[in-house]
Parts: sequence; structure tokens; C-alpha cells
Amino acid sequence: MTVADRVREPRQSTSPPARPRPRRLGPSLWMSAPAMGFFAFFAVVPLAGVVILSFTTWDGLGTPEWAGTANWTSVLSDPVTQHAITLSVILTVASWLVQCPTSLLLGVFMAGRQRYRAVYSVLLFLPLLFSAAAVGIAYKSLLDPNFGLGTALGIDSLNQDWLGDPSLSMPMLVFVIAWCFIPFHSLLYQAAARQIPRSMYEAATIDGAGRMTTFFHITLPQLKNTIVTSSTLMIVGSLTYFDLIFVMTNGGPGNATRVMPLDMYLRGFRSYDMGGAAVVGVLLVVVGLAVSYLLNRLGGSSRMDSQMEGL
Amino acid sequence: MRGNKRLVAIGAAASAAALVLSACGGTDPGSGGEDASAWVLTGGSEATFRSSFETWNSDNADQEIATDWFANDAYKEKIRTAVGSGSAPTLIFNWAGGALTDYVGNDDVVDLTSRTKELQERLVPSVLESGKIDGKLYAVPNNNAQPVILFTNNKVLEGAGVDGPPTTFDELLDDVAKLKRAGVDTPIALAGQSQWPELMWIQYLADRVGGPETFNAVIDGKPDAWSSPEMLKALGMITQLVDAGAFGDKFGSVVADANADAALLHTGKSGMLLQGAWTYSNFLTDAPDFADSGDLGFANFPSVEGGKGDPANIVGNPANFWSVSAKASKEQQDTAVDYLNDAMWDEKYVDELIKNGGVPVTVGAEDKIAGSDQAPFLTFAYDMVKNAPNFQLSWDQALPASQAQALLTNLSQLFLGQKTPEQFAKAMNDAS
Repeated sequence: MTVADRVREPRQSTSPPARPRPRRLGPSLWMSAPAMGFFAFFAVVPLAGVVILSFTTWDGLGTPEWAGTANWTSVLSDPVTQHAITLSVILTVASWLVQCPTSLLLGVFMAGRQRYRAVYSVLLFLPLLFSAAAVGIAYKSLLDPNFGLGTALGIDSLNQDWLGDPSLSMPMLVFVIAWCFIPFHSLLYQAAARQIPRSMYEAATIDGAGRMTTFFHITLPQLKNTIVTSSTLMIVGSLTYFDLIFVMTNGGPGNATRVMPLDMYLRGFRSYDMGGAAVVGVLLVVVGLAVSYLLNRLGGSSRMDSQMEGL
Repeated sequence: MRGNKRLVAIGAAASAAALVLSACGGTDPGSGGEDASAWVLTGGSEATFRSSFETWNSDNADQEIATDWFANDAYKEKIRTAVGSGSAPTLIFNWAGGALTDYVGNDDVVDLTSRTKELQERLVPSVLESGKIDGKLYAVPNNNAQPVILFTNNKVLEGAGVDGPPTTFDELLDDVAKLKRAGVDTPIALAGQSQWPELMWIQYLADRVGGPETFNAVIDGKPDAWSSPEMLKALGMITQLVDAGAFGDKFGSVVADANADAALLHTGKSGMLLQGAWTYSNFLTDAPDFADSGDLGFANFPSVEGGKGDPANIVGNPANFWSVSAKASKEQQDTAVDYLNDAMWDEKYVDELIKNGGVPVTVGAEDKIAGSDQAPFLTFAYDMVKNAPNFQLSWDQALPASQAQALLTNLSQLFLGQKTPEQFAKAMNDAS
């Protein structure tokens, strides 16, 4: 709030006619009371509970006992957690590297008004309709090395140990997660690309710019805010992504796909170490919030400059 | 207008608060004056449970038991918090082992030793033993025994020049080599993706090499129990099998929930499969022709030369169990105990279970089994259970939850060759 105010301050002083500040625009703040109530009850209270729980030992039975910082030291020094943190970083970076360029290109492609592009868009959005559990189970069957896609199509090179080989399982997950989420992000880019005024392209064409030049000098800069939004969703989403991984590999083979959210779940609901799971949970919240805040600052979206000055 | 708006907002806030409060209230099955309750699992022996509770409720209108039905995973996650928060059902469905030990340690379940004497006489001792902690009975079996059995596809074995299932570990290795030579890429089907089927191998090998003591040392918390010479030898035999290609090179992607391991056997891509007795009913539904053809064989796990374990010992899940919640009212507990004594394992219960392809855990069920449609398999499995000197509960159930997950992960790494037997033993010693 204060940071944003400070940024906005000089702007207001330079805007010419010093309008009297309106008393209050929009409906009463009371209108947000139900939302705030729900937020407090379902987000803030449980969050505080998790922080407290991370300083206790509790196996789900009996009452939690105060343990001081014992959970924190044991979880942070546990190689399983350290491995999980590394895996989460790998999954996040790899997901972003795959999803961001692909969905940007697809989104710009679909922004065209041709009939075949419309048909393609409709088909591409299908994965959005499926639940993660259904996608996971379907892919598990497709990737089965003995009765899966490879056998059905008679292509032996598709019969790999996709989910059972530690070096293949993570790339497979990145692929399936991308399959699920690229349609959504393409949708964002499609909408954003359609917002770009045609006059810009017309002017550029008159000046002799080709397709590549217009893409890099008009489309990409115009999509800046969308890139920040979509990247934030991708990065925070991958950090906390759970369901598909749970269904497809359950952290396996061995520890090869035990990312942080899964580590939290397995600790809490398989090993019944609620204190340790709470530590991982708190870590996730802190990292998730920090990353989304940083992305917002770096992307400059707190200023949200207009990209269409002079039009 | 403004005031009006504020009124609406306050009203909305108030109704939201009311919603929130009512959501927290919940019900408290522990309070008196209510019917006894039971949470039951769907699938498996569901039909037997349903008919038993229906009969009980229609015959005992004054002692009704209310039932709620859950899928396996959903139940496992719900029951622990329910027991922990004192809102458990009267009859607690469980797997004995580590979770039961935790319940007993927190005084969540009642001692049934003296109150179910008559029922106990009807049951197979090795199964009943699993429900005991420190000599006291806290859980009674409520469905079929699920021993782990070596299933074979005799047609595949014959095609490779192997006659019958292996009786020793060396024979098993020979058979694997023969099957490989005959072009069977996956001699033994193993659902490595699901992890728990891998447990069956180490459970049997550890028993055959060192007898039940090998794992009991772990349960008793003896230091370095995982690195005993017997355990290390058994772990080494796993590596030996993996290196010999016994499970093929793609077992890590085979999923047991989808019965992909059973499918490997009945489609003739594998010669053997080590799985729980419940797999037999999968064969009946998924591949009835195979089950009827006489190609489906079943045997106990091979012995190990020079091993201390009795080759008649078995591993698996002796059964599922009922415990009675200590938080339930006196009347609810009485109802539950009456149900256990009067309705469990009566003639009808046993008939129903056999009809659904289950192995009963009562003594003297031979005649009933012999007359059933699935007589050869059920007789084999029933004798196996009845004659077993020791019925080892699956390790992931027997161990405290904190170690069970570490066991599955480390074992999966052993099968993948990411850990040597020594590294596995060290990791498990550290976890316990």
C-alpha cells in the first residue's frame, strides 16, 4: 500500500487540474465484509494454525505437543526435503520454459481470425475441461509400457519405462502438466493479442516491417503485462502443484518426483508427522508469496503503465 | 439508500458468520443416546458387510448400527483425524499393525479379550494373533484372509521348458533364465509403480532366510535391525533378481491399481506374479477364460536353501479388523460387542464371503469351501492360511506410519538400483 502510494505520488502532483479528491467512489466497504470474513476464516486462521503446528509434534492422534524448533531443524536438514526443494525448482523452471513460449506462440496464432484457427482453438481448449485426476489416470494407462499407446499403435519406441525410470519420470510430468495448462495460458495470450490495435501493425507494414519484426517489436512488447500475469500463475502454480503428480507417480520412482507439495502430503498423511508437514507447508507459503511479489515488482505491473500511449 | 446498503452488507456478513459457525459444529457420534455406528470400506468384501449389517439391523431394531461407506484411501485419511478428535464411529475398521498400536497407546479402543471369547474360538489362531497387542485382543478379523501367493501362467512356463512353480530360490533364478531365453522379456510381473507389491518380495525373502525373527527385531526396535546379516542377505537376493532381469526393465511403470501386473500374467507376457489372494477375483472378472483354462497356477513362495524360515510361513494381510471405540457410550459399545459376538462369522457370513471368492478365517470351513465354485483355489489358500506357523502382516501396516513411507521409498530405490542393500539398511536404520 505504502510502496504503491509512494510510486504514484509524483504522478498525481504533475497531473494538471488539481481535482478535489472525491470523498469515496464505489459501494460501501461493508460490501467486502463477507469476503473478508471468509478469507479470514478459511485462509488466515488455518495459516496461523499451520505456523503453530510447525512448532509441535503431532501424529494426528492425541494432542499436539510443543517441540520448539525441533521440526524445523530436522526437516531442513533432511536430505528428502532438500531433494524436494531442488525438484520443485526444477519443475518450476522447466514448466515455465516449456509453457511460456509455447502458449505465447499458440495464443498469438489463435488470435488470427481465420476459420481453421478457430477450429484449432476449440480443440486445443479441450484439456481445460478435464479434471487432473482423470488426466493422470488416462496418461498412466497411455504410458503403460506393456499395454499402452506404444502397443496399441505398434510403435515399439513408445514403449519406454516412462514413469518408472527416474530420469524419464520428471520430463514426463513436465509434459503432461504443460498439456493441461498450455490451453489456459494460450487463452490469456489470445485475448491479449486481440487487444493490440490493428493500426500499429498497419503503420509498421507501411514502414516496411516484416512478420518477424512486427512480432518482436509490436506483439511481444504489447503482451508484456500478460506475460507477467501468466508467468506468475505458472510459477506459483508449479511450486504448489500437487494433484496430477500425486495421481501419476505419487512421488516415485523412489524420490524422483517428490516435489515439495507432495513431500508435505506424504509427511502429513502417510507418515502422520503433522509438525514436519507443517514446516514444509510454511516454506511453500513463504516462497510462493515471495515469488509472486517479486514477479510483480520486476514486471512493473504495480505501475501498470499503459502500453498504448499516443494512440 | 446508503443506510439500506449498509444493512444488506451487515446482513450478508451475519449470514456468512452463521454459515461458518454451523460448519464447525458438526456431529458428535461419541455422545450418548445415539445408535452405534460403523464406517465400512467399499469394494472387496462390501457385499458381505452389507448383508451382515442389514440382517443385524432388521433383527435387532433396538440395537441398530448406522453405517457409512468409504473408499479405501478416503477412509484411511479420514479415520485417523476422527479417532484423534474423539469423533470416531463405534466400530473402527482397521488393518491392525502400526495404526492399532497407536490407537491402543492413546486409549482410543477397548480391550475385547474377555468379551469376545466365544467368537475367538471360531477363528484361525494365526489371524487372530494380528489383532493382539501385548497379549490383549483389541481387534477382531471381519473379512477374508489375504495371503500373498505366487501365481503362475503354466502355459508360458511350459513353453520355456519350466515344469511347475519353483520350490527353491535357486530354481526361481533358473526359471527366470529359462524364460528369458525363451523370449519372455518380463519373466515375473511386478507393479513397481505402486511400490507396495515390491514389499511382498522382501517380506517373503526375509522370512525364508531368517524366519519371523528377522522382521520382529525391527518391530521391537532393536538397534541396527535392518542391517542384520539375514536382512542384508534377503535384500541382496532382491538385487540378484533385478540384475537377472527377472522383472524386465520396465516394471517401474506397471501399476497395480489398474491390474496391469495381473494382465501381464494372463496375456502371457509373464510367467509368474507374486500378489495378494484378491488378485484371483481379478482373473475371474478380467480373464475368465484364462482362469478356467487350467493355465492359472498358484503356489506358496519358494524356500531358500539353508534358510531358517519355515517354508509354510506366509505374508500378507491376515484380514481386516473391527475395533471398538473407547470414546463411544456404554450402550454403543455393548451394541458393537453384541454384533461382533452374535453376527460375525456365523454360517451366513462365511457362506457370503466364500460366494464372493474370499478365504474365510474361521476354523472348519473346509466343507463349505469344497462345495463352492472356486474350490481348487479357495482350498489351496485356506489350507495355506490354516497351516501357516506364522502369518506376517504386511510390513507397511505393521510398522509405525512414520517408517512405513520411508520403507516404500527406499525399497523402490533398491529395486531401481539407486540404492545398494547396505545403503537401504542404513537409510532404514536411520529412519527407525
